[in-house]
Amino acid sequence: MLVLQAIIDGILVGGFYALMAGGLTLVFGVMEIVNFAQGIMVVLGAYLSYALFSHLSIDPFLSLVITMPGMFLIGVAVYWSMIKPIKQDRVIMSLLVMFAVGTIAEGILDLVFTSNLVQISTPYVNNSFTIGSLIFPDIYVYAFLMSVVLLAGVYYLLYRTRFGRSLRASMQNPTAARLVGINTDWVSAYTLGIGVAMAAAGGMVFGLTNSFDAASSYDLISRLLAIVIFGGFGSLSGALIASVLMLVIQDVVAVVWSPTWGQTTFYVILILILLVRPQGLLGRKAVRAQ
Amino acid sequence: MTAIDVTPKGAAAPEHIPYEPPRQIRWTSTGLLLAFLAVFPLLFPNPAVTSIAVITMIFLVAAIGWNIFSGYSGYISIGHAAYYGIGQYTVALLALHAKVPAGWDTFGLLPVAGLVSAVAAVPIGFVVLRVRRHTFIILTVAVMFILQLLAFNLVSWTNGSGGLEMSFPTWQGSYFNEPFYYVGLVAAIVACAASWWVRRSKYGLGLLSIRDDEDRARGLGINATRTKLIAYAISAFFVGVAGGLYAPFIGSVYPQFGFDPTFDLAIAVLVFVGGIGTLSGPVIGALLLIPLQQYFYLQFGNANLYLIAYGVLFILILRLLPAGIAPSVTQLWRRALIARRRAAARSPAVPALAGQSPAGQSPAGQSPAAQSPAGGLPGAPPATAAVPHAGGDEVAR
Repeated sequence: MLVLQAIIDGILVGGFYALMAGGLTLVFGVMEIVNFAQGIMVVLGAYLSYALFSHLSIDPFLSLVITMPGMFLIGVAVYWSMIKPIKQDRVIMSLLVMFAVGTIAEGILDLVFTSNLVQISTPYVNNSFTIGSLIFPDIYVYAFLMSVVLLAGVYYLLYRTRFGRSLRASMQNPTAARLVGINTDWVSAYTLGIGVAMAAAGGMVFGLTNSFDAASSYDLISRLLAIVIFGGFGSLSGALIASVLMLVIQDVVAVVWSPTWGQTTFYVILILILLVRPQGLLGRKAVRAQ
Repeated sequence: MTAIDVTPKGAAAPEHIPYEPPRQIRWTSTGLLLAFLAVFPLLFPNPAVTSIAVITMIFLVAAIGWNIFSGYSGYISIGHAAYYGIGQYTVALLALHAKVPAGWDTFGLLPVAGLVSAVAAVPIGFVVLRVRRHTFIILTVAVMFILQLLAFNLVSWTNGSGGLEMSFPTWQGSYFNEPFYYVGLVAAIVACAASWWVRRSKYGLGLLSIRDDEDRARGLGINATRTKLIAYAISAFFVGVAGGLYAPFIGSVYPQFGFDPTFDLAIAVLVFVGGIGTLSGPVIGALLLIPLQQYFYLQFGNANLYLIAYGVLFILILRLLPAGIAPSVTQLWRRALIARRRAAARSPAVPALAGQSPAGQSPAGQSPAAQSPAGGLPGAPPATAAVPHAGGDEVAR
C-alpha cells in the first residue's frame, strides 16, 4: 500500500515537473539552447505568485493569469537581448549567457525577497482527501490537473496551429524553415517565452509545495536537466514520461529503502539508460557531430 | 588545422604572417608574470589580499586542469567539482585517519589527492565519455551530484552534512597564507607545464583532432576513447590537487562545498573568458576574474549585488570578446600586423607613410606587436603567450 501511495505521489508531482522540464526541452528543440536559467525562472515564477498572494491576496492558481503572460514577455525579451546577438558557437555560448542571466536574476531575487526560505501558504495547502487508504493532498491534485491542462494546451499549440507548424519546422531544420519563409527569430523568441511561462506555472506549484529561496534554483535545474536528458532533448512526451519516472523512482526507493537514496538511485538509472540509449528515451538520434 | 588564411587580397604577401606573437615577447611576458607572482605576497603582505591570492591560485590550478580535458578535447565538463570534492575528502580523511599533522606535512598529501582523483576519473570517464555534446555535459553534472549525494549519505565515512573538520596549521596569522600561496603557485606551474606538453605533443595533436572532428580522427587511426580518457584523468588530477589545497586552507569539508555546482560553472566561465583550448586562456581568466570576483564580494559586502555585478560583467565579456581574451587579443594583434604590412606594401617607396598608418609607428618589425595587445586590454601581456592558431574560428564548434 505504501508503495502504491508512493507511485501515486510520484505521478502527481511528476506532472508539474513535466511542465517545468517541458519548457526546457521545447526551447532546446527549437534553438539547440540549454536554458540554464530555467531553474531560476521557476523560482521567479514562485516568487511572483508568492508576492501576489501575500500582498494582494490573489489565489496562486489565479495569479497565473498575470505571471504567465509576464514571464512570457520576459522570455521574449531575453531572446532578443541575450540570445539573438550571439554570432558564433551558439550552443555553448547560449548556455553561458543563460547562466549569467540566471546569476543576475538570482542576485535580484535575493535582493528583493532576501534569502529567507518562504512558502506560499494558502488555506488549502494542507487539505487532502482519501480514497480507500490512499491519501490525495489537494494541491497536488489541483497542480496535476493544471499541468495536464497546460501540457494539453502546449500540445494543441504545437500540433494544431500554424505557429506550431512553424515551430516544428524550425525544430526539424532551421535553414529549410527560413527558406520557406518562416521567421525563425520570432518563432525562437515565442518559444523561449512559452518555455519560461511554463516555468512560471511550474514555479507556482513549486512555491506551494516547497519552501524555497533563490538558491533552490541549483537543485531544480539539475533535476530538470536530468529529466530532459532522460526523456531525450527536444521531446515533450519524453519529458513527461521522465519526470513521472523520476518522481516515482524517488518516492518508491524512499519507501522501500531510505529517503536519502531516492535521488541517487534516479541518477544511477539515468546513467545506465544513457549507456544503452545516449539520446535518451524518446530523443532523436544525434547527427554526426560532436 | 583549419586556420583561415587572412592574407589581404591584392597585396603581395611574400612573408608568412605569424599566428602568435614572437617568441621573445611570449617568453618575456611569461617570465615577468612569474616574477610578479613569485614576489606578490612580499609586495602585498596584507592577509586579506594574500587570502584572495591563495583562492586565485587554487582556481588557477583547477582551471588549467579543466582546460587540459575540456579545452583540448572540446568535451565541456560541468562536473569537475566531482574531482574537486574527491581531492578535498582525500586530504581531509587522510589527515584525520593517518594522523598527518597540520602544516607542511599536509601538502605532502596533494599528489595523493590528485592521484585518487585521477584513478576515480578512469571508470567515471569510461562511462561518461561514451556520449557527446549536451548529453555529456549533463552526465558530468549527474556524476557530480551522485558523488555529492554519496558524501551526504555515507555518514560513517564523511560525517554526512556535518562535514569534516581539519585542524589548522599553527602558523602565525600574518604568515598563514603564504605557504598555501607558494604551494599553489608551484602546482599551477606544474599544471601549466602539463598543459604545455599536451598542447605540443603528438598525443595532444590527437586530442585536438578529436575536438575538431572525432569521427574523422577515429578514421585516421586515433584511439579516441583512450586519448580522451587519459586527458580526462590528467585533468582530474589537477582539479583534485586544487581541492586538496582548498580543504586545509578552509579547514573543513562539506558535501555541498566539496561537490559544489557553482565551482563547475566558475571554472568553465574562467576558461571561456580567458580563451578555451589555449595555453594562456585559463591563466588569464583565473588571474583576472577571481580577484575581481573576490573584490566585488568584499566591496559590495552584499552577496546579491556581487552576483548581479558578476553576471553583468560576464555578459559584457561574452559580448565583446566572444572567443575569449587570449584568442581575441591575438587576433587583434594579427589584424594590426596585417594592416600595417598592407600599408607598407602599398607604399613601399615612402616608408614615412607606413609609419603614419594607424596600426603602428615603427616599420615592419616586432615592436608594435608588443604595443597592440597591451593597448587592447589591461593585464593583457600574458596573452602574448597564446598558443598558435588561437583564432576564434578554431575554438568554434
